[in-house]
Amino acid sequence: MSAIAARRRTLPGFGLTMGLTLSWLSIIILIPLAGLFLKSFEISPEQFWNILSSRRTLNALRVSFGLAFAAACVNLVMGSIIVWALVRYRFPGRRLFDAIVDVPFALPTAVAGVALTSLFAEKGWLGAPLAALGIKVAFTPVGIFVAMIFIGIPFVVRTVQPVLQDLDPEIEEAAGSLGASRWQTIIRVILPSLAPALLTGLALAFARAVGEYGSVIFIAGNLPNVSEIAPLLIVIRLSEFRYADATAIAVIMLVVSFVTIFAVNRLQRWAQNRIPAR
Amino acid sequence: MTIEVRNLVKKFGSFAALDGVDLKVDNGELLALLGPSGSGKTTLLRIIAGLDWPDSGEVSFNGEDALAQGARERHVGFVFQHYALFRHMTVFENVAFGLRVQPRAVRRDEATIRARVKDLLDLVQLDWLADRYPSQLSGGQRQRIALARALAIEPRILLLDEPFGALDAKVRKELRKWLRSLHHEINVTSIFVTHDQEEALEVANRVVVMDKGRIEQIGSPNEVYESPATAFVHGFIGESIELPVHVADGVVRLGSRPLGLAVDGLASGASRLFVRRHDMQVGPAGSGAFEGAVQHVRNFGPVQRAEVALFGGETIEIDAPRDKELRAGDRIGLEPRRYRIFAGG
Repeated sequence: MSAIAARRRTLPGFGLTMGLTLSWLSIIILIPLAGLFLKSFEISPEQFWNILSSRRTLNALRVSFGLAFAAACVNLVMGSIIVWALVRYRFPGRRLFDAIVDVPFALPTAVAGVALTSLFAEKGWLGAPLAALGIKVAFTPVGIFVAMIFIGIPFVVRTVQPVLQDLDPEIEEAAGSLGASRWQTIIRVILPSLAPALLTGLALAFARAVGEYGSVIFIAGNLPNVSEIAPLLIVIRLSEFRYADATAIAVIMLVVSFVTIFAVNRLQRWAQNRIPAR
Repeated sequence: MTIEVRNLVKKFGSFAALDGVDLKVDNGELLALLGPSGSGKTTLLRIIAGLDWPDSGEVSFNGEDALAQGARERHVGFVFQHYALFRHMTVFENVAFGLRVQPRAVRRDEATIRARVKDLLDLVQLDWLADRYPSQLSGGQRQRIALARALAIEPRILLLDEPFGALDAKVRKELRKWLRSLHHEINVTSIFVTHDQEEALEVANRVVVMDKGRIEQIGSPNEVYESPATAFVHGFIGESIELPVHVADGVVRLGSRPLGLAVDGLASGASRLFVRRHDMQVGPAGSGAFEGAVQHVRNFGPVQRAEVALFGGETIEIDAPRDKELRAGDRIGLEPRRYRIFAGG
């Protein structure tokens, strides 16, 4: 941009807001993360590698990322259905259900963890019938999965909802009059239109589930190698004063999370470019 | 394909969108449904398309019951006012959509589909836009693509809901001509909805004028313009002067002034007199049925439009030829060349 154009910018305040944005993001996000990386340089590469390749670390990472991804996928499917019902139909209690979606946002995660644990414990309302079927939820990886679904659902619903509201019902009528079945309309018209929002919702639910600590540790049972999540392992290492271990796990979580979010972002950009803004 | 609609009723709550509509559309016709908003014209179109269902009444295509079928089975091409194009698909894929979703048994192979889409894009003269997305097109282009998409399924009937309503005046005029010649070419029974009388009169073979869920008149553009059947039609189509008059013993009066106009067997009582603006003949004061003072004159195009305060209280607008200049303050006489009187106040 030329100097003249810069001076003639119609929207004032660029310098101030940009400066504030950069300093705020630096203080809140970038500097703590940089500190984390710097700390990790205090350990040698072999040491770093040894910490990461230890069985317990690998299992914790596998539990965290694997279950978070699975939970995000479940949330994607169920969240889409919930959004559909909330946006497209008028039924008594719709506003109430709409508000309920936000509960996992607001509830202290520890409270959620305790509630889910007592619900799914062997004597709990849901745990007892499941136990009769031979399914144990509380104090197993399944419990972690349930907690991650709980905290992730609003992310999918709240990202997709406005986009679906904007989607003109006329395009469904158009598809129908062109001979498309209901199913074809959903697959060929509605889902592709929602794809960018669905991907964003998936990414947010995943990121939230990876980072979740409070609700998970109550229900997980926290058995090393089985139901121990990576954030908990970090806390354990810290309480053992093994700061290098904690830092190494933190760094690897950060890197994996960043790569995942970046990848989903690219995917979303790609999907969005196929639907240029109106 | 002929369409027959019998005694159609559709209510939204207590509001009757359609209040007993009967209509027959002949094969190959280009019919306009004309009326103000809320007259039920779009509801009628959507019921014919299968996008809405009537509370009672019948719709049949070629004598067979259409209400037994959903929109999908009716094989009706529908063009929406706001295009309703699939924005995640290219123009090409939009047009191909109807061909790709056909049941496997009758679906054509890829090469045939491509050839057919190309033909349709040629037909709407937009083959060069095949790879664009709808958001990259102008309004007029989008509507032509929407039309090509509707034609892809070889519809038995083509329905257009205010097809040019969202376009600017110039594009609208072009597309009107284009639609008429396109209809001439493909000759599919077509119905289009509009609130623009000029559009209806210019494009359609036949015009159906609707008001408050009822059909007021069906006729050729010339008929509805030259011999309006009801006061509503006279007021809605063409620019009319409407005056409240009183008929008693074969004499028409405006206020207390007898107008000296013939009344063909009209019952006594309050009535309404309609005259087209250009049908008011200007003469010297004292001549003609009306007398008044010119208030204001605007000149545009082939006519001068004058606001005239009649002696009797009403103020009317007339269109007079420009050969004799009118000036504010002139006192003139006015004689209607043609007029209609409808009973009722």
